[in-house]
Amino acid sequence: MEKLLNEIKEKIENVTDLKTLNELKVEYLSKKGPITELSLKMKDLSIEEKKEYGMKLNAFKTEVNNLFDTLKEKLEIEELNKKLESEKIDITLPSKRIRKGSKHPMTRIKEELEDLFVSMGYEVYDGPEIETDENCFQKLNLPLGHPARDAQDTFYLENEYEAFLLRSQTSTGQVRVMEANQDKGPIRIVCPGKVYRRDDDATHSHQFMQMEGLVIDENVSMADLKGTLETFCKKLLGEKTNVRFRPSYFPFTEPSVEVDVTCFKCGGKGCSLCKQTGWIEVLGAGMVHPNVLSMCGYDPEKYQGFAFGTGLDRFAMFKYGITDIRTMYGNDERFLNQFSRKDD
Amino acid sequence: MKLSRKFLSDYVEIDDISTKQLAEDMTNVGNEYDSCEKLIPATNLVIGKVLECSDHPDSDHLHVCKVDIGTEVLDIVCGAPNCRKDLKVIVAKVGAKLPDGEIKAGKIRGCDSNGMLCAMSELGLDSKFLKEEDYSGIYELDEDAIVGEDPIKYLGLDDEVIDFELTSNRGDLLSILGMAYEVGAIYSKKVKDIDLSYNEEGNINFNLKIETDACPLFLAKQVKNVTIKESPEFIKNRLIASGIRPINNVVDISNYVMLETGQPLHFYDNDRLGDTILVRMAEDNEKLTTLDNEERTLTSEDIVITDSKNAVGLAGVMGGLSTEIENDTKNILIEAAIFNNVKIRKTAKKILRSEASNRFEKGLDPKRTYMAIDRCCNLLSKYADATIVGGLVEYNKTNSEDKIIEVSLDKINKVLGVKITEEEVIDILTRLGFEVTSNNKIFTVIVPSRRLDISIKEDIIEEVGRYYGMDNIIGTTMTLPLKEGKYDKTIRQIKNKMISMGLDEALSYALIPESEVNKFTLDKFTHINLADPMSEDRKTLRYSLLYSLKEIYEYNKARNYKNVCVFEIGKGFYKENDEYKEEQKLACLMTGDYYLDINDKKVDFYVIKGVVEELLDFLGYNGRYSITEGNLSSEFHPGQSAVIVLQGKEIGVIGRLHPNVTKDPVFVFEINLDKLLVNKVSTIKMKEISKFLPMTKDLAFILDKNTPSKKIEDIIKKAGGKLLNSIKVFDVYTGENVSENEKSIAYKLEFLDNTKTLTEDEVMPIFNKIIEEVEKNGARIRDK
Repeated sequence: MEKLLNEIKEKIENVTDLKTLNELKVEYLSKKGPITELSLKMKDLSIEEKKEYGMKLNAFKTEVNNLFDTLKEKLEIEELNKKLESEKIDITLPSKRIRKGSKHPMTRIKEELEDLFVSMGYEVYDGPEIETDENCFQKLNLPLGHPARDAQDTFYLENEYEAFLLRSQTSTGQVRVMEANQDKGPIRIVCPGKVYRRDDDATHSHQFMQMEGLVIDENVSMADLKGTLETFCKKLLGEKTNVRFRPSYFPFTEPSVEVDVTCFKCGGKGCSLCKQTGWIEVLGAGMVHPNVLSMCGYDPEKYQGFAFGTGLDRFAMFKYGITDIRTMYGNDERFLNQFSRKDD
Repeated sequence: MKLSRKFLSDYVEIDDISTKQLAEDMTNVGNEYDSCEKLIPATNLVIGKVLECSDHPDSDHLHVCKVDIGTEVLDIVCGAPNCRKDLKVIVAKVGAKLPDGEIKAGKIRGCDSNGMLCAMSELGLDSKFLKEEDYSGIYELDEDAIVGEDPIKYLGLDDEVIDFELTSNRGDLLSILGMAYEVGAIYSKKVKDIDLSYNEEGNINFNLKIETDACPLFLAKQVKNVTIKESPEFIKNRLIASGIRPINNVVDISNYVMLETGQPLHFYDNDRLGDTILVRMAEDNEKLTTLDNEERTLTSEDIVITDSKNAVGLAGVMGGLSTEIENDTKNILIEAAIFNNVKIRKTAKKILRSEASNRFEKGLDPKRTYMAIDRCCNLLSKYADATIVGGLVEYNKTNSEDKIIEVSLDKINKVLGVKITEEEVIDILTRLGFEVTSNNKIFTVIVPSRRLDISIKEDIIEEVGRYYGMDNIIGTTMTLPLKEGKYDKTIRQIKNKMISMGLDEALSYALIPESEVNKFTLDKFTHINLADPMSEDRKTLRYSLLYSLKEIYEYNKARNYKNVCVFEIGKGFYKENDEYKEEQKLACLMTGDYYLDINDKKVDFYVIKGVVEELLDFLGYNGRYSITEGNLSSEFHPGQSAVIVLQGKEIGVIGRLHPNVTKDPVFVFEINLDKLLVNKVSTIKMKEISKFLPMTKDLAFILDKNTPSKKIEDIIKKAGGKLLNSIKVFDVYTGENVSENEKSIAYKLEFLDNTKTLTEDEVMPIFNKIIEEVEKNGARIRDK
């Protein structure tokens, strides 16, 4: 046994791979191998001898098995390490991914404003872009020939002068929602959408986006309008933003105000953007004119409400530092690509 | 409206208020201004006297002068041909800021020059007020100008001008008097009386006929023996400050009175006009040569003034050439009238928008019409030596009743959201010239006739708000019942999905050239044009968004940016049965790099098809749509395009653009979202997961090159029955061992039973049936 053990030890020492080790194991531990031979000797021994021999043989077998197992484990680790080594890659090579997508700045602003108003219980409404003169003007207290129509150079459809047009303001949403509201009860909506006017320069595009807001109830006041717009402007432009009301005139509201906010560029100190005034005009607003209410089926003696309207393009331009409105409609990929990440 | 401070102070005392302050205070009551400036911006000017004037030794036109400016005598080199000894001149001292720059001391060709002698054109007056001599030489002051004093003050041009951007409802502010009332209300000051006095001789003999209801008020007054000459300085200067060019005393007075009262006037040469005026609507194609010597062709929408035969003026817009005031005019007929504002607006838009038409459009107060006649007579007798003929010919269908409005204190506070007192309301309205009585906190208000903008109680509330200060209203938080806010989430979800798939959201114009509207679609529709487009490129409302996306591709390509992957959601427009329709569409264009790794794989049909499928699956339409061969417009590659069908209805197109459109491999799709989203999608309900293992089998067929894989898949699906869980194409092969007209497609089939683990014996009959069915349809098995 001792001789055999030494022989195995000697042979095992030279083994460097699992395959040879396995062959060696088969050689010694198979049924026809020398160790089996050793156990066959048992049958010729007396009971006393058997006991002693058996114990020796078992110890020997355990030792041989240990020899094989220990080396096997060692070789396996070595082999795995070799494999891992060979699998090493250049982790600095480019990743496999698809290009980034981006959300247009106008959509970003639109969604931001929608979310803000939705959180205050408003519903978002968007009506058709082709409108009747009635919905776009007449029911908003701008009868045919009204001088205030000049402020909005409208696109009429071919052969539809003073009948059908591309909406020049999202105030059409006011009319549509009030008319559709069967119970003529309270309303809280914002209407963001595309509008069209004959105008094209660095700050005006013939197609742009507006958002109209409308709240109707029995006791809604100018003070509520101011509170609402203060919340809205602070949220969108920062807590330090102040809101200023200046009296103005719109045919569909009475009283009417123009709404200025602290200049976002200079913080109110005065700069070229705000023409040294410290204020920027961002909204038109007022209390819904009783004519508008009654033309849309509401009783002006019972209900009152406020409406406001603002240009989304301006907010997008301010927020992202875009100086020419046409950039937003140019769709240069180098422009679009800049809007591919989150931006709270 | 340009407001001259000097002109305004004729009617309201503003001595202790700076012009800038005035402008700000007016803004706070709703009258915004654009600019507030000195009429003459030049500084550091002084009256000087040329003591010596000799020729410059080194120049053929320069003069070397010694000029006395009171405090000192300056050496000044001057190039003006009219520069001469003893002339009183305007001297810009060293440091003076003129529109063209600052005056500095220096040498001109070797001679000291410490200042500049000024021409009128160098002081910053608008060029329309300048005459030829204001450019050609230095300004010659009269002998009585006092050396050392301010020349601008001496000339009466020391005025300041606020340029207001008035709202269209405040026609009353298009007059100095209206401004005076507004300013007076701010500072609680009384408006001064206007001088309307004059003497009359004789009695008017004139015929007036009004044959249209578009002229509710017409007044005619005769004036005789006028002397046409230059206007006095104060009239000229006030006109200049108001932006109107002085012409002669008579014409200037008509403009001056218009500025004061807001009532436009027209003066006719009475001898050329004759003794009759007839006002009527013009006939279609009637001709009239206006003051600017243009022959105008009129329509039945225009109001004309005639001498009973021929048109002599286009009412409210421009007078006729034939009865114009000329230098030899002696006798004048003054017209002061009110015309229908809508009609004037239309005519003016067509012909010319003027100071007069602007005022007619905004509406006029009949009381002012009478006042304007009297004021003209007053000024003409003073400054044109006129004899005023007694009597007035008038036609008046206007309503002169007072407007009376009732409003309660409660309503005012309820609308404004403030707690204003009864006394405050009375104070504000009284300052504004309203007559107010109050009974039990209900006000009865008589509106002054000039305030045409005020007719309902909300208007009164606005007046109170304006002077209370809209900005003094404190913002409140609304106490409205809690309500869930809502918006349509689907469009946002589609956008977010498209963006997550690597596409950039684009935003393009809905207006496109008419020639492009029928492209990218085979749909038959009536397109919509604008009546008056800005250009041919923006004439027609798009039906498909793909033209716009193709433009975006070309724009980027021209800038050498060729990896364009964009989508847009917008409306497509058309007309059907006299109804205008608009449908929401999603369009997408992809070309170039989509995968960003080092393999140079570009966008192909299967990439964009993947985008469509991923989107439709995401929206819940998995298994309900197919992308199949169909007819597409000629803008698509016939071999690489398809229609998108959802439950038997075509909802979109997909494919490569035809090489005639672009040679580059550009792929697009467009889906009609309205047609897609009407199909309802059920909510997610969990399906039990099978506890048993699936069995997979691979299978390859050789088939005709033109047979779509979809056809084979459909056969497999049908033959596979319930136990066939999925089919996946895992290889497509052409080349060796496959003939030129054929292709080989390999499928991986997965069989699954939710009740037990399947055995070979159970699957093989199905598998064989599949092979049999497929082979019946012209394909043959390649290997199992």
